[in-house]
Amino acid sequence: MAEAAKDLSTEKVTLDNLDPEEVKARIMAKYPPKVARKRSKQFVINKVGEDGKTPVINANVRTVPGLMGQRGCCYAGCKGVVLGPTRDIINITHGPIGCGFYSWLTRRNQTDPESTPDGHNFMTYCFSTDMQDEEIIFGGEKKLKQAIQEAYDNFKPKAIAVFSTCPVGLIGDDVHSVCREMKEKLGINIFGFSCEGYKGVSQSAGHHIANNGIFKHVVGLDDTIKEGKYRINLLGEYNIGGDAFEIERIFDKCGITQVAAYSGNSSIDAFANSHTADLNCIMCHRSINYVAEMMETKFGVPWIKVNFIGAEATAKSLRKIAQYFGEQELIDKVEEVIAEELPEVEAACAEVRPRTEGKRAMLFVGGSRAHHYQELFGELGMKTLSAGYEFGHRDDYEGRKVLPDIKVDADSRNIEELTIEKDPERFNPRISEERKAELENSGFEFNDYDGMMPEMPDGAMVIDDLSQWETDQLIKIFKPDLFCAGIKEKYTVQKHGIPLKQLHSYDYGGPYAGFKGAINFYHEIDRMVNSRVWEYMKAPWDKNPELAATYACD
Amino acid sequence: MLLRHTPTEIKERKALTVNPAKTCQPIGAMYASLGIHGCLPHSHGSQGCYAYHRSALTRHFKEPVVAATSAFTEGASVFGGQANLLQSIDNIFTVYNPDVIAVHTTCLSETIGDDIPQIVAKARADGKAPAGKYIIHANTPSYVGSHVTGYSNMVKAMVDYFATSTGAKTKAVNLIPGFVEPSDMAEIQRIAEVMGVPYIMFPDTSKVLNGPLTGKYKMFPEGGTTIEDLHMTGDSKGTIALGRTGAMAAARALDSKCKVPCEILDLPIGLQGTDAFVDKLRLMAGVNVPDVLNLERGQLVDCISDWHQYLYGKRVGVVGDPDQVLALTKFLVSLDMKPVHIVSGSPAGKKYVKALEEVVADIGEEVNIKVPGDMLLFHQWIKNDPVDLIIGNTYCKYIAKDEDIPMVRHGFPIYDRMGHSYFSTMGYRGAMRLMEQILGVLMDRQDRDATDITMELVM
Repeated sequence: MAEAAKDLSTEKVTLDNLDPEEVKARIMAKYPPKVARKRSKQFVINKVGEDGKTPVINANVRTVPGLMGQRGCCYAGCKGVVLGPTRDIINITHGPIGCGFYSWLTRRNQTDPESTPDGHNFMTYCFSTDMQDEEIIFGGEKKLKQAIQEAYDNFKPKAIAVFSTCPVGLIGDDVHSVCREMKEKLGINIFGFSCEGYKGVSQSAGHHIANNGIFKHVVGLDDTIKEGKYRINLLGEYNIGGDAFEIERIFDKCGITQVAAYSGNSSIDAFANSHTADLNCIMCHRSINYVAEMMETKFGVPWIKVNFIGAEATAKSLRKIAQYFGEQELIDKVEEVIAEELPEVEAACAEVRPRTEGKRAMLFVGGSRAHHYQELFGELGMKTLSAGYEFGHRDDYEGRKVLPDIKVDADSRNIEELTIEKDPERFNPRISEERKAELENSGFEFNDYDGMMPEMPDGAMVIDDLSQWETDQLIKIFKPDLFCAGIKEKYTVQKHGIPLKQLHSYDYGGPYAGFKGAINFYHEIDRMVNSRVWEYMKAPWDKNPELAATYACD
Repeated sequence: MLLRHTPTEIKERKALTVNPAKTCQPIGAMYASLGIHGCLPHSHGSQGCYAYHRSALTRHFKEPVVAATSAFTEGASVFGGQANLLQSIDNIFTVYNPDVIAVHTTCLSETIGDDIPQIVAKARADGKAPAGKYIIHANTPSYVGSHVTGYSNMVKAMVDYFATSTGAKTKAVNLIPGFVEPSDMAEIQRIAEVMGVPYIMFPDTSKVLNGPLTGKYKMFPEGGTTIEDLHMTGDSKGTIALGRTGAMAAARALDSKCKVPCEILDLPIGLQGTDAFVDKLRLMAGVNVPDVLNLERGQLVDCISDWHQYLYGKRVGVVGDPDQVLALTKFLVSLDMKPVHIVSGSPAGKKYVKALEEVVADIGEEVNIKVPGDMLLFHQWIKNDPVDLIIGNTYCKYIAKDEDIPMVRHGFPIYDRMGHSYFSTMGYRGAMRLMEQILGVLMDRQDRDATDITMELVM
């Protein structure tokens, strides 16, 4: 018995007919020994045990200087990702001009200003204190105060948020006290974020800081229980290319009421009211799980993980929401909507699949999509050889079951953890203990996310914070049919002759979420992996360089 | 309305910049570094900057933009980034093996005051920098100037680190282009080539940021000024710097370091701008202007006369980098157009503003000029006093759409169209391309606005 188990554990897995351990060793061999040791822990060959356990991956650790990875910074995670998509807050970047400039309209968070009565939309604007050397020397608080005043005088917004950049923390500007003072003076909501770029090790720290700030300054300000049945919040969905619009369309059709979205197509008023919803549904676990946890502790709103990427995943998530509310009317409606939507999706898939079947993809995206999109590739008959996150934590890879084992290291220790307590008046458990237990016994998962690795095959390579060297090697060794990453990788990979699908910006297309999104995605992937362009790289004279050939007919 | 909150009423703003017409220094330095053959730009700061700079350049060029970063953590931000840079240098040479690492800084490392030469000296002492490999640096604090300043600082660093004078002068002329497209650099070189003038251009991003697709990725592409050429700039007979804000600092540094006399010209945009460049090159190199350039010049003049009626009196808003804005404004005036709202985000000095004022002094209109200014003000001016044409970067399209005004994309960044990196807007041929772009949008507009009765087949 014991021997058989041993055999199993040492059984060689292969990846694309190669030994993944050998591939890994080859790639690591280039690095200086200390770097190789560190990267080896972030470069894992997947193996899923019967209990769903996977190998441990090192994640959310500092970037190795000089290796050229994909990561950005804390400011990008806070201002760029979580709060950028809210159209009616004036977001002032407190710092030199770059940070504000680069985060100006470069993430494709669509918004519809007509969906709130005042029609405010500041997302097309970039607001900055444009710090100069004199502010570095004498401090920038005075200028920040004045900038807030000028923003108010010119635009009359209902809220202003201030985002700190690298030098702000170093020179000791107290943005929070400036915000408090101006809030008092102007009588609108004004709050600050200490999201200096050097905090934490990636965008992830910025997510946490944004979650804390929005929870502290906005959530719970409006207790009105608005009309609508099956009231949910959609968390961690940023409406890239209209994803949230498609999900909203499906919710509407099912009769599910969306109270607030964090934060695609969002408004500050909806955040303020979001604690009145009866369920939080999380798309991007990494960026928003903090708000969900805090809302549950303080107000008693439970959360579940959902995924609207892929037609099957969408159907599954809708059923999960219906099961939570447990009312036959909703359960039936959801089934009806699925039955109505799926045929078109299945037809599109069937049409495309013969051309995508068996193709191999690699996905290295942020902190969520590298997992979610595997579902869509599965629908197309495509195989994931390798996947990884820029800034996922171990729970995103291995599942929340490893949370108790995660040690916060020195680089992330200074990211504030809010202590949240039950709101004495407003805490309201949305679901009884018995009902919760009943649901859980039927396999329903609250507050859980299984992570990416348990759903990937044995032998697949899971790589955290992928470097340029590793990218180039993976491409040379495996020649995948498609690589998914971002703008910085796109043209590098395509120069190798391999198409790259941007899974941050969707290459300016979309939506890819929901049922209609799945159809868009199938067609887009078909276009990319079957494009004629990849046949053009060699000129005719390079294919047959022998001059003598031209004389052959003589 | 995309910019629905832009107020018509202009209130003076002292502290709040809205919709900047500039970005920060390091991206300019990164771009300049990519114009050295075999060079890896390195950003000494936290990694967000490098990610943003690489992304912005990539969106503009649709090409790989390689660079590395020191990836500061909070600890390094307090105690200094020496360990990070040392580790970077070791990793970069071990893994990627460039010939040169060109280090620039960010507001983070500048605020804490990291001493780059000292750290590099330590890297050398520790054996982290192999023999024959170079590490150069420029300080590029984001809170001073703009991306053009960063470009200028890195180009100057090329002189500081590489230019050497052997005492024997060559016949070459140094050409320093400003923060311009790879296509512009190639066009400037072509002009020197047809004139038979030996030259060294630095930096040179042609064939780096507009390279081919062959199926073989090269981290260090074919293009870029070689180290050997950079060394030899000190022996050239003269330098022509194109654009004061982008190229002058390096030219002056070369003059004082190696006694290479320099001439500072405007960017060769338009007829007079190109004339000045060709004439200066002719005199400096002692050559005649070849027939091919006379032909091109004559073709441009011919085009101006052929299409003058569609350009005459048209009111234009121009926004962009100072060197481009000045040269473009001159060209527009030479076409009898009226640049009436002019903004550049980069600080360029009083002399610069004066030069601009002189260019537009006799167009018969009151002209709004703000340097440094932002695109909110630019938009407000347009709202109050509409124009027939907007020339600026991609961000202008929000104004153009809201106000329903034809627009020509020019400058940096252009995120949403093809062409700029392949087809130059400099030299006589580039001027014709610019005219083609301007006429294209103006005449499309005339066609769009024409009734069934007034529609013209021949224009």
